[in-house]
Amino acid sequence: MNGQAAMKKHGSTLTNIAGIVRRELSGYFGSPVAYVFLVIFLLMAGFLTFTIGRFFERAEASLVSFFTWHPWMYLFLVPAVGMRLWSEERRLGTLELLLTLPVTLPQVIIGKFLASWIFLAIALALTCPVWITVNVLGSPDNGAILTAYLGSLLLAGSFLAITSMTSAMTRNQAVSFILSVMICLLLVIAGYSPVTDLLTRWTSPGVVSAVASFSVMTHFDALQRGVIDLRDVGFFLSVIGFALFGNAVIVRGLRAG
Amino acid sequence: MIRVENLVKQFGAKRAVNGVSFSVERGEVLGLLGPNGAGKSTTMRIITGFYPATSGRVTVGGHDVATDPIRVKALIGYLPESAPSYADMTVQGFLSFIADLRGFSGSAKKAAVHGAVETCLLEGVLHQPIDTLSKGYRHRTCLAQAILHDPDVLILDEPTDGLDPNQKHAARELIRRMGKTKAIVFSTHILEEVEAACTRAVIIDRGSVVANGTPAELKARSATAGCVRVTLGGAAADAAVAQFGQLPGALRAELLPGTDMAPDGRVTVRVYPTRDDSGAIGAAGAALTVAVAQAAQSAGWQVQALSTEEGRLEDVFRSITLPDAVAK
Repeated sequence: MNGQAAMKKHGSTLTNIAGIVRRELSGYFGSPVAYVFLVIFLLMAGFLTFTIGRFFERAEASLVSFFTWHPWMYLFLVPAVGMRLWSEERRLGTLELLLTLPVTLPQVIIGKFLASWIFLAIALALTCPVWITVNVLGSPDNGAILTAYLGSLLLAGSFLAITSMTSAMTRNQAVSFILSVMICLLLVIAGYSPVTDLLTRWTSPGVVSAVASFSVMTHFDALQRGVIDLRDVGFFLSVIGFALFGNAVIVRGLRAG
Repeated sequence: MIRVENLVKQFGAKRAVNGVSFSVERGEVLGLLGPNGAGKSTTMRIITGFYPATSGRVTVGGHDVATDPIRVKALIGYLPESAPSYADMTVQGFLSFIADLRGFSGSAKKAAVHGAVETCLLEGVLHQPIDTLSKGYRHRTCLAQAILHDPDVLILDEPTDGLDPNQKHAARELIRRMGKTKAIVFSTHILEEVEAACTRAVIIDRGSVVANGTPAELKARSATAGCVRVTLGGAAADAAVAQFGQLPGALRAELLPGTDMAPDGRVTVRVYPTRDDSGAIGAAGAALTVAVAQAAQSAGWQVQALSTEEGRLEDVFRSITLPDAVAK
């Protein structure tokens, strides 16, 4: 509380975001929930890849049977990670504290989003034994695997941004979870082939592909095949941007009364 | 430091704040009073930039909260009503997070956190998770985050709510001490707190300011301010009331309810002074105490207690915010 400190009473954008990221991350790892989540995530990934995905029976040096399940896994796991981001702040009343500190709303939104995304990235990184296994057993296209990891991370980010938005809508974590699962499910099935096959019977292929282009599946499949198309990356980034913008509108609306 | 001009806040059909204006300078402690739902918390939330105002203007240290919220927020330390904090963090972790967002780092951060911890007496619970703390400690933890950056302006929404009498006393002392160098606004339901800690009080009712003055000025508006209260031995209640009511400068006299039944035969009478149209007490009224004493002596009554009443803030509060109930 000296004169020097008194002059500088708010931080820069980066230090503010870093402060929020640090708090959120320590919140994750300070509770056993994070470790439970990591274990469930890894068990599920292993089970889906090796048992349901028949990784060994396929006898392919690729991780298709691993990545193909990611949209379905994220559908439930990402909302579980992000559901408390804003609803908990609203329930505890700390939103008032946070938004009367000298930080801007975008800084808070980005900080919270980044922290959860980093957590998901850590979970994803812990699946590297699968990658090691496939490299030991054969010689896969590691470039394709890398883009698939990138796609998976972007997919998780998209679902997370949507969860962050729905989390701001309510004080109740469960409601926020259900809302985001529903929205994410829509984004998944709009391009899921059993659904698109059904649609082609009723409407023109143009409409079907237009609907499918809104789906995360379409864009994730492309990245999974090892093709980095800016349109696919741009799709995920714009979903993230749009959802976080929606998040800001909702939080502002809470205060406008 | 704080200037609030014609503040209006509309929530749907309800107007929570309706044209509130006041200002607070450095060295002042402003007590914000009012019944529940009068608009105190809403006003504070607008000053701190949590709610945008529907209309009107708030400036803090010359910065407009609507156009320059970050500067304003940097100047303010704020204790919200329910004293929220992150339940899963330790006290140390929580304060260090606040220090981060207040732009502190390195040794300045350590000093700031240490100072706040020392002021709010939190050393003993520094490494405990906040949700394991008692209400008083949680409250003080939130107060610590408000004063951590040694702000020029403090906005405290019911700072003594949920504290035990000792902690309440300590909090008031703290507010009074800090009020010497800062501009402080605090809201409370406890009227004695206003007298103990405030240099000025504003009463808000149904969204509007209905009184603004020093605690002494407000008390003087009480109906009993300036009344003479006398306790007599060996007097008949009726005779005493009639005698005192006729004194020059006396408006009327009344028997204090319940005192005529005292077993020792003592009666206590309150004599109201005459007032002019503005409510001020004239010279004869001011001399009433002496007149009452002399009248009692000449009637042969024994004066056991004699005092001039200062008036009570509670009466003023009730008569302003509940005019109908008081008239009955």
